[in-house]
Parts: sequence; structure tokens; C-alpha cells
Amino acid sequence: MGARPIAQLNSLRFGDPTLPKTQWLVKGVVKGIGDYGNAFGIPTVGGEVFFDESFNTNPLVNAFSAGIVETDKVARAISYGEGNPVYIVGSATGKDGIGGAAFASKDITEESMDDLPAVQVGDPFQEKLLLEATLEVIASGKVVGMQDMGAAGIICSTAEMSEKGEHGMEIWLDKVPMRQDNMLPFELLISESQERMLVVIEKGHEKEIEDIFAKWDLNCKQIGVVTKDTSLKFHMNGEIVADVPSESLVLGGGAPVYHRDYKEPAYFQRYKQFDAATVAQPDYQAVAQHLLSHPNLASKAWVYEQYDSMVGTANRTTNRPSDAAIVRVHGTDQAISITVDCNSRYVNADPEEGCAIAVAEAARNIVCSGGEPVAITNCLNFGNPYVPEVYWQFVSAIKGMIKSCEKFSTPVTGGNVSFYNQSSDDGPVFPTPTIGMLGLVDNLATQTTLDFKAEGDLIYLVGEAKDDIASSQYLYSFLGIKEAPAPAFDLDEEFAMQGAIKEIIKQGLITAAHDVSDGGLWLTLAESAMAGNLGFTVTSDKGVRKDAWLFGESQSRAVVTVQPTQSEALEKVLNARGVKFSQIGTVSGAEMTVDGEAYTTLQEARGWYEGALPALMEAN
Amino acid sequence: MKFGVVIFPGSNCDADTLHVLGNVMQVEVVSLWHKDHDLQGCDFIVLPGGFSYGDYLRSGSIARFSPIMNEVVNHAQKGGYVMGICNGFQVLTEAGLLPGALLHNSNQRFICKNIHLKPVSRKGLPSQQISTDATLKVPIAHGEGNYFIRPENLKKLQDQDQILFRYCDADGNVTEAANPNGSVYNIAGVMNEQGNVFGMMPHPERASEQALGNTDGRQVFESILSLVNA
Repeated sequence: MGARPIAQLNSLRFGDPTLPKTQWLVKGVVKGIGDYGNAFGIPTVGGEVFFDESFNTNPLVNAFSAGIVETDKVARAISYGEGNPVYIVGSATGKDGIGGAAFASKDITEESMDDLPAVQVGDPFQEKLLLEATLEVIASGKVVGMQDMGAAGIICSTAEMSEKGEHGMEIWLDKVPMRQDNMLPFELLISESQERMLVVIEKGHEKEIEDIFAKWDLNCKQIGVVTKDTSLKFHMNGEIVADVPSESLVLGGGAPVYHRDYKEPAYFQRYKQFDAATVAQPDYQAVAQHLLSHPNLASKAWVYEQYDSMVGTANRTTNRPSDAAIVRVHGTDQAISITVDCNSRYVNADPEEGCAIAVAEAARNIVCSGGEPVAITNCLNFGNPYVPEVYWQFVSAIKGMIKSCEKFSTPVTGGNVSFYNQSSDDGPVFPTPTIGMLGLVDNLATQTTLDFKAEGDLIYLVGEAKDDIASSQYLYSFLGIKEAPAPAFDLDEEFAMQGAIKEIIKQGLITAAHDVSDGGLWLTLAESAMAGNLGFTVTSDKGVRKDAWLFGESQSRAVVTVQPTQSEALEKVLNARGVKFSQIGTVSGAEMTVDGEAYTTLQEARGWYEGALPALMEAN
Repeated sequence: MKFGVVIFPGSNCDADTLHVLGNVMQVEVVSLWHKDHDLQGCDFIVLPGGFSYGDYLRSGSIARFSPIMNEVVNHAQKGGYVMGICNGFQVLTEAGLLPGALLHNSNQRFICKNIHLKPVSRKGLPSQQISTDATLKVPIAHGEGNYFIRPENLKKLQDQDQILFRYCDADGNVTEAANPNGSVYNIAGVMNEQGNVFGMMPHPERASEQALGNTDGRQVFESILSLVNA
């Protein structure tokens, strides 16, 4: 569309990390993302990795890319103007990826082994050349429209572009550069070979466009012309092989719209029966160690150090850790703040609240980093939509996304749906509506980091400590209680709390901010401590269960630190906004101390936190 | 002193290098296209990081045959300055302008993170002006940065003061644990015998601005500029 990508993030879901198969998948997926992304030259600035046995058979890989476009240089996916030439550019078309999208949307069974050629073969070097050449072609101003070849290849891009422009096309399939001999017309139409684009340009400028692609040593072949009527006519060696109205193939046009049945699953009410009173207080130090060394919460450095996170000289968070990645926009004094979030466990427990939380957490991360939430995109990963209980998860998640996005004024600017993430043996994956949120940092001085800065700084919990351990990592994996509702969440409370954080950042009152999410307050404090190489001493709130105070994952909370001289000003803002808070302790020493008990040292904690993933991945 | 940054197909640090030389260090700099045969009067040629020609076969092995490399080799043989960063370093070893070779990292994975460097050579432009007591924090980002050289040639590098930088820990100690990729003698950068061709795996251009929270890499460019402009 004419944008130059400046940042990439990814969100990965894998099965039980102790299984050799999961370890093999993690290594392969991470290497694949690295091999492609690193060569492409766009920094991978953030992401998430989450393990749960519901992903044992069907892992999820979601990618999110953000780019900068000059508003007057947007290329649209449209085709019009009778007689305008239609080009295919980039890689040659092969038999790889035939029916790729259909493969991705099928239940995985024993027979799936036979389908494997449906996976496309990527070539990042071609993609990089295609990116540069495409941006150069758009800058020429002679492009009518262009669209990349995604799912369903040539048939999809010709139909979508033509339908939007209310024109048709004559396409000569035998002119398509082919990777192998004897390709059949239908194979050419639906091949999902990567690194290809369909480009329609203004007639008379053929040479100009062809020269640009020649400069980058890329194929650029005219395969057809735009016609006045709205039908797509495909020819092969002089014979017409297909003649279809483009409108019939496009959603919103003649393509069918389905209304599926949905039904609340039995487990939903059962999860709500969870009663924390039946849970005895644990050995806190054992929980503290369990959480810091749990693969879901431990450092992901083993993964992200395999991605180039710094190419582009724009990543402002490499040396200043924060809740969201901050990427500067060259040539301006602004930056974007960007994050991906979704706790699949919460969404499974309560799809509506869980998805509302995913949006809220993304916004909280942006706000704690000093940005202003602007928009979201998503990748909605669910099981088989023909299963009414699965479709209910989907419908409920969308409702949750709507209410959160309306509250935060973040439009959903795009997205992606992936159904059929389930196997005949294991059932559906945890419903996973991954939220990618973009924020804007208008004033770079508001960029806020999460590391503790100085001995003696006061630690505040902004937001209310609640008696809630539902669906926490502590409950789920330490205690093994897997049936509980989503953590406590109130959208208005969340919004007010984020407003207060924005205000105290704007006024320059705090020295660090870090949101409370997976792993609860304990993990938030430990991460800020390890990042700043400074310990802490905190006192728990006697009004709530101590396990809930430390390890509960009730939402709408963040930890901030202030110099003692600023505490009065901080409290004034929070009081004025009616946001609950408590001063819980101070930054001090090299130990992590709760209620006078040193749970661990910085050095020991770092060993658990940094050692967990390498120990799993390098075991064999 | 005019700088030129070569763009191979698949280079991806060309814009970063142009930005830091032009906007941060404020020197005259132009880009040079791989298909050209003209160095446009540049005195100092930089081969940037990236994946030239996709790095298929072996990093840097195809780029050395590109048209502009004939001119770069001529330039170097006449005593002109050439510096390769990351993929550029790989291209220079493939082209025979620098000794040694760059193998796959010892852990067989791509590694992108901050590491620490100890300046060594008192003759080499990129390190000469930086105190040997200093420790620079600069990122690496490579899959093939494991510097290999035969023992007899290592001795030659040492005797002739051709080692520019060695990997060390945050306190400046050159240790095995501080060696990120298995390089012989913790070598992160070297130069040729004549002292006009330089190569290093770390990316000083990614650590040259306060905006990014790290300016240690800037010392490398400052060292070069103070000497070539002297």
C-alpha cells in the first residue's frame, strides 16, 4: 500500500514446553522468523511467547508489522481504466502453496502429512527487493493499484482489485513466469507462491515501470489488461479457461455470508463456581521461584536475541526497557509505541472479559511506556467454527473487543481470522484473539521505562489490590487449578487508572512505570528490580489475601516509582482522579523483600528468570 | 574526505550507515549502487551490514563478484580506505582484502544483542583514538560472525597490531564467557597489513545517538574522522 515497514512484532503460542516436539517447534519457528525477518531488514521490536498444552498439536504464529506511509502516496488495492496493463511482479509462480489457506483452515488429522506441500516456500531476499522496487514504483505516481498475492493467489487479487474498481480483466495465464513446467490453469490461479504482487499501471508508462523492476532484477511481466465490463476472463494458450464476474468472488459482493449457530459451553458456568476460599495460603517463596522460572513468565531473551531488533537505528527501547516498544519515526521528533497482547487462558475462561482485557492490557502497556493508544489490529485464532461452543467463544470475544475498543477510542484498522485451530485428538486451542496495538509518542520526553532507578525511590501500586487469584499463573500452574473465571476486571476502573498514569507521566512525577499483568505484582516488582539492578522492600496489604496481593492477576494496576520529594504531588493527582493507590515500599538493596522476609536476591532471581528457557531449549 | 556506502541487493544497514555518517557525524556521504563501476570520487568506502544477495551459498560470497567490487578492490590496492561492518566484513574476507574467515556462530544461532568491546590496535583508524582502558557497549546482529584464522596468521595479526577490537565483559575483561560467537582470540574486528582496510562484526552505527540511548559506537567514527581529517 506504499508504506515502509519500520517495526515487526510476533505473538507465539506453543504446547507444553517440556515436550521434545514443542521444543523442536519453538526452535524451528524462531529460526524461521529470524531467517526471514532478519534478512528483510525490519527490526523485530517486541512480542510474546505463551505455552499451554491446548497448543500441543496446533501452535499459533501471529505476526504484526507497522509501517509509515505518506498520506498522499498511498497505493490502493484497486483496478480500473480500460486498457491499463496488468502486471505480475516478483517471484515466479510455482506449485507450492496450492490451497495453502485451505490447509491452514483445516482440522489437523493423520492425513495432514499428505498436505504438506501446501506450505509456501519463502525467500526473504526476493521480498526485500520487492519491497524496495514496489516503493520506487509507487513513488513514480503511475500506479493505479496494487495488491500482494496472499491467500488464493492470482484469482483473489484479480477479483478483489477488479471488484473494488468496478472493472474487469483479461488475463493470459501462459504469460505468468512459472517456476516449473506443466502448470495447469487452476494451479496458476490459486498458487500461493510468495513474494509476488499484482500491479495495474496507467497505460503508456510501461517502460518506466519495467525499468524499475529491471534495476532490482525482478520479474515484471504484463499478464493482462483492464476491461470495461466487470468480468474476469482467464486465457491459457489462446483458450478461455474461466470467465467469472469478479463480484461473485468477493465478500460483500456475491460471496456467501454464513450465520453459524453458537452455544455457551458447559464449562463456562462451571469455571465460575471457583471459590478462592478453598485454596490455602501457599509457601510464598516457593511460588516466587516457580513464577520467575515459569516459561510463560521468564525472560524470552533466548527467543528474541535470535531476531534483529535494532536494524533501522530506530528502536528506542533496546537500552531503555519499557512495557511497549518505542520506535522513532526518522525525520520527525515523534515515535510510535507498539505492543502485542493476549492472555489465552483468560479468554478461554471468559471470552468476552478475556478479550476486553487483552485490549485493555495492550493500552496499559502503551500508556505505561509514555504513549497514547491510537488503533488496534488483531489476529483471531479459534477452533472449528462449526462447533457451536467454539463459535460462541468467537462471538463473545468480538463483543469484548468492541466494548474495550470503544472505551479506549482505538479503531480496529485491520485484522486476520484463523479458524480450525484444532486437532481431532486435542480439541480446540485456547481461543486467542491476539491484539496488536499502536500508540503515538508525541513528546519523546514522556518515554517511560520500567527499571528501578535509585535506592530510596518510593514504590506505589496504582489501582486497587483485590482478593482475586482467578486464572492467575499461580493458580493454574503452581496449584494446578485450571478451572476459574477470568481475573477481576472493570473497564471504567481501567480507563480511570490509565488516565491517571498518563497524567503523572505528563507531569514528569515518576521515575519508572510497569504494569501488573501475568504473574501479578510479584513479577512486576521482580522485573523492575532485575532491569534496574536494585532490590526492593515492600509490605503487603492486610486487607486482602497475601497470595492474591502478591500473585493475583486482577487487572487495572501498575507499579510506579517516585523520588520521595514527588510523592505528595503524585498522591494529589491520584486522589483528584479518584484512582485507588497504595505506597507499598521502597527501592533498596540487592534483595527482594516482602513483609520483612527476603524472598530472593537479584542474582538468584536472575538465574531463575534468565535460565528457564535456555534450560528447556538446550536440554538436548 | 568523501564517504561512499555501497548498496548490494539485500543490504539492510545501508540507510542506517548513511544516516549516521551524514546526519550524525555530518560528513559528506553518497550511496554507491552495486551495478555501477564508479566510486564517484569517494575516499572512504563503507560496505554496510545486511544479507547481500540473500547471503545464499555463504555470507558475502556472491557480493564480492558484483561490478562495484572491482572498483572497491582497486581502490583498496591503491591505498584507499575501505571498511566493512558485519556483512561488509564478510564480503571483505571473501574478497581477500582482509585475512581470516567468518564462520557460523558457535551456538549455530543468529545473535542480536549488546556486547562489549575492548579497543586494541594503536595503528588502526577505527580503534586508535579510543583508550585501551575503555569498554564500548555496541550491538552485534549476525549468524556468521565466528572469526577464524590459523594460529600462524593470528600471530602475524598480533605482531603487526592488526586486531582492532576484542569481545570483553562489561568491566573490560577479555574472557571466554564474553565471547558471543566463538571467535578466535575473541576477535571482533581486524585490519589489513597496510592499515587501509578494516572490518568489524559489531554495529557502531546502531550505537551512535542519544536518541537510542547509547553513543559508545560513535567513538569508532570519531576515531576514524580525527585521523583521516588530520
